[in-house]
Amino acid sequence: MTTVHPTAEPSAGPVQTGPVVLRGRGRNFLAGIRLGDLLAVAPFVLFAVMFLLLPMSYLVMQAFQAPDGSFTLDNLANLGTPKTIDSFLISIRVSGTSALLGALFGLLIALAIIRGKLPEGIRSTVMTFSGVASNFAGIPLAFAFLATLGRLGLLTIILKTVFGFDLYRAGFNLLSFWGLTLTYLYFQIPLMVLIIAPAIDGLKREWSEAASTLGATKWQFWRYVGLPVLWPNLLGTLSLLFANAFGAIATAYALTGSTLNIVPVLLYAQIQGDVLGNRGLGAALALGMVIITALANVIYLVVRTRAERWLK
Amino acid sequence: MRRGQAWAWVVFGLGALYFLLPLIATFIFSLSIRKSGYTFDAYANVLADPRFQSTLGYSLFIGLCTIVVGILIVVPAAYYVRLRAPKLRPIIEFITLLPLIIPAIVLVFGYIRLYNSSSLLPLTSSFVGTGILLTFAYVALGLPYMYRAVDTGLRTIDVQTLTEAANILGANQMTILARVIFPNIIVAVLSGAFLTLAIVIGEFTIASLLNQPAFGVYMQNVGANRAFEPAALAVISFIITWGAMGMIQLLSRFAPKTARKD
Amino acid sequence: MAEEFLRIEKLVKTFGGNAVVKGVDLGFDKGEFVTLLGPSGCGKTTILRMIAGFERPDSGRIVVEGKDISGLNPNQRKIGMVFQAYALFPNMNVADNIGFGLKIAGMARDQREARVEEMLKLIGLAGYGKRYPFELSGGQQQRVALARALAPSPRMLLLDEPLSALDAKIRVSLREQIREIQRELGITTVFVTHDQEEALSISDRIVVLNAGNVEQFGKPFDIYNRPQTRFVATFVGTLNTLNGTVADAGAKTVTLGGSTVTIPALPATARNGEAVALTMRPEAVSLANGAARDIVLDGRVAEVSFLGSVIRLKVDLGGNAISLDTFNDQRTPPPAHGSQVRVGIASSDVLVLGN
Repeated sequence: MTTVHPTAEPSAGPVQTGPVVLRGRGRNFLAGIRLGDLLAVAPFVLFAVMFLLLPMSYLVMQAFQAPDGSFTLDNLANLGTPKTIDSFLISIRVSGTSALLGALFGLLIALAIIRGKLPEGIRSTVMTFSGVASNFAGIPLAFAFLATLGRLGLLTIILKTVFGFDLYRAGFNLLSFWGLTLTYLYFQIPLMVLIIAPAIDGLKREWSEAASTLGATKWQFWRYVGLPVLWPNLLGTLSLLFANAFGAIATAYALTGSTLNIVPVLLYAQIQGDVLGNRGLGAALALGMVIITALANVIYLVVRTRAERWLK
Repeated sequence: MRRGQAWAWVVFGLGALYFLLPLIATFIFSLSIRKSGYTFDAYANVLADPRFQSTLGYSLFIGLCTIVVGILIVVPAAYYVRLRAPKLRPIIEFITLLPLIIPAIVLVFGYIRLYNSSSLLPLTSSFVGTGILLTFAYVALGLPYMYRAVDTGLRTIDVQTLTEAANILGANQMTILARVIFPNIIVAVLSGAFLTLAIVIGEFTIASLLNQPAFGVYMQNVGANRAFEPAALAVISFIITWGAMGMIQLLSRFAPKTARKD
Repeated sequence: MAEEFLRIEKLVKTFGGNAVVKGVDLGFDKGEFVTLLGPSGCGKTTILRMIAGFERPDSGRIVVEGKDISGLNPNQRKIGMVFQAYALFPNMNVADNIGFGLKIAGMARDQREARVEEMLKLIGLAGYGKRYPFELSGGQQQRVALARALAPSPRMLLLDEPLSALDAKIRVSLREQIREIQRELGITTVFVTHDQEEALSISDRIVVLNAGNVEQFGKPFDIYNRPQTRFVATFVGTLNTLNGTVADAGAKTVTLGGSTVTIPALPATARNGEAVALTMRPEAVSLANGAARDIVLDGRVAEVSFLGSVIRLKVDLGGNAISLDTFNDQRTPPPAHGSQVRVGIASSDVLVLGN
């Protein structure tokens, strides 16, 4: 240590604790980084590169590659077929509707259990249930809705035999847009409740009291203070719910097989037939999905940055 | 105020109706395999199916691997970021949130393309290799939840002081992390673990595209061929999910109550 | 009685079987600054919240300018309020916060802006309109909260421990500023605090509350110098207690540590031979035995606390201990710990309080 020119030595800082400091050739590049620190983040970085960043970059690359490896926009252009466009539109509609309704009903439920002065215990019960229901997705959820509202589902039968009301003759079909949306709400609503509840807790009681001493009604409080304060959170959750539904396939697949032409189901079929299919087209389809979920998040980030003026 | 209560009751009641009806209906449906009377035959059929046992066992095993690998990846990184590199925090957090933006099906598609039998790292060409790939895919799925849980755990203890105290007593980095930090956030880590388990145990998309004998794939298979057994499987799945989440609730009672600093 | 601006009649409030306010009667004059003072749980905040309308009284009435307002919602009462934790709306800048009440009242934009400017000047924060609450210090936030409460010209101002979240120095300067603004506007103000010094310094009158009851209602000078109950005497300021025995009730003499002294305040109900607690403020006790100090006692210095301009001594009188204040004197150091001293008390300053 003493033989080294002092200026080349990294500043140790007050909490120099790690016993091992990297020395030798890489010293300038790795100045100040201790071996222990490197070991701590290495697994995470390696994992992120190998299983998140590389696969994604590889797909993006392939989306712009012709079978011979040259650059092309044909793959993206091939997404322009009516069937693919249609599937994107249906996916966006299902995800958008289920996200919007999920956010709306989730917000209402969260408000009811937090601000509705309901008896003790209801809140924790609802929160626990939300934890379960938000994870009760995929295949079993489809089974549950089939058993309930399918053509031979219990509720369908009871409505028909006891109340003389034929759901399916009235236009309802579980294997349709609204059927899928209704099913998705089963995990969307609880997810909203889980995420928005802490934000509602963050609304101080004094804010509504201050507003009321200044003459505001309950509604005016929500319009000018409550909702604007929750807004970044609401929007963030909305984009999360959207992405959550947009990428979901298991529920739709088990529910409708491939009758409802949503993007993930299309991609699923594409991957299964990958050997024969066009490599670039699958990648382009995947890229399209990521672009849309990313777009939802960008919208959120933009609005959040605008709200950042008052967010610390 | 009384009126406020009324709307809350209405919202709560409608919510309860929407969420409980499918559960009740599915349960009754699962008992209705015989033309007359209710029986647990559908459950008996499912439980006696050797494929039920083997796939559930396989998924549990992969789930446990996922948890162990997840902990090894997330805990040191989260600790390091909190202690030494708070500036890296936004980047790390962004990466942990990526799996919420990238759909699972896209992720596995990338894996299949990148790690196929003709690639540098041909994971998909062997059963063990594919199992490893599945594990890492599940680590990715659970990453947002695992990281969030561990980070919350670290926030409730005073990482800086604990580390410095252990350092003065002569412990090295490894010892501090394993013997001082980890025991203090074990409850948080376990909640993340059970959440991961709940997500992974019935996962279908990735397992099916990697051709693994997982529980989710088995369920889908049963769904395509039977009428009442799927309802029984849905009930069993719900109970498993409830069990995993119940464990988290139970664990939260044992959370360490160290004074927080920030 | 009819002149009173705010009248509280037989106010009772119970939370889950726990009586917090037990039949309080009070009357405040227009333009008066009244402080509700008491320890936590004495019901002071509950009374304030009932005046604001956040809590409904179980029974009793709250009358403002001759009208019972007990049935009105908070937003119909035209009462401004400032909260302990500022409670500024985080999504609005300072100007929008101050203008909120005016906007709700439907005031036109230019009028509103003028009024906001006026309020900003009043609180000494002109030019801060575009800032957001998180960019302000605690003291500045609380001044904005005050301006927000005052902007719609309420008929009354309620202050719920507005200073307790602030640093000691800011607390003093802001309390002076609040008082100044209150005088300027002549607005009837009810201030809640648990800090007796704050209450004494700022108020026209003080209501001392204990366990849901009014202990005493009066001017700061009277509260401090003529406390009517032991609670008031001990809660407001420091109090010395000397235990003696009544020697002759008729002659108002008491035996105290071997000597007999005359106590003018000895009540007529005292009986010979009865134990009696004599109380006095630290400043009524001095080291010198001047002409007015007719009670003289010898003791040993047990503790010396140098507080700056004042030195507080604790003297052990053998069985009794007494605290006394002397002013700092640059030329004379205070008596040393353990030294023998003689203390003098004017018998006319001694209070005799029932329990």
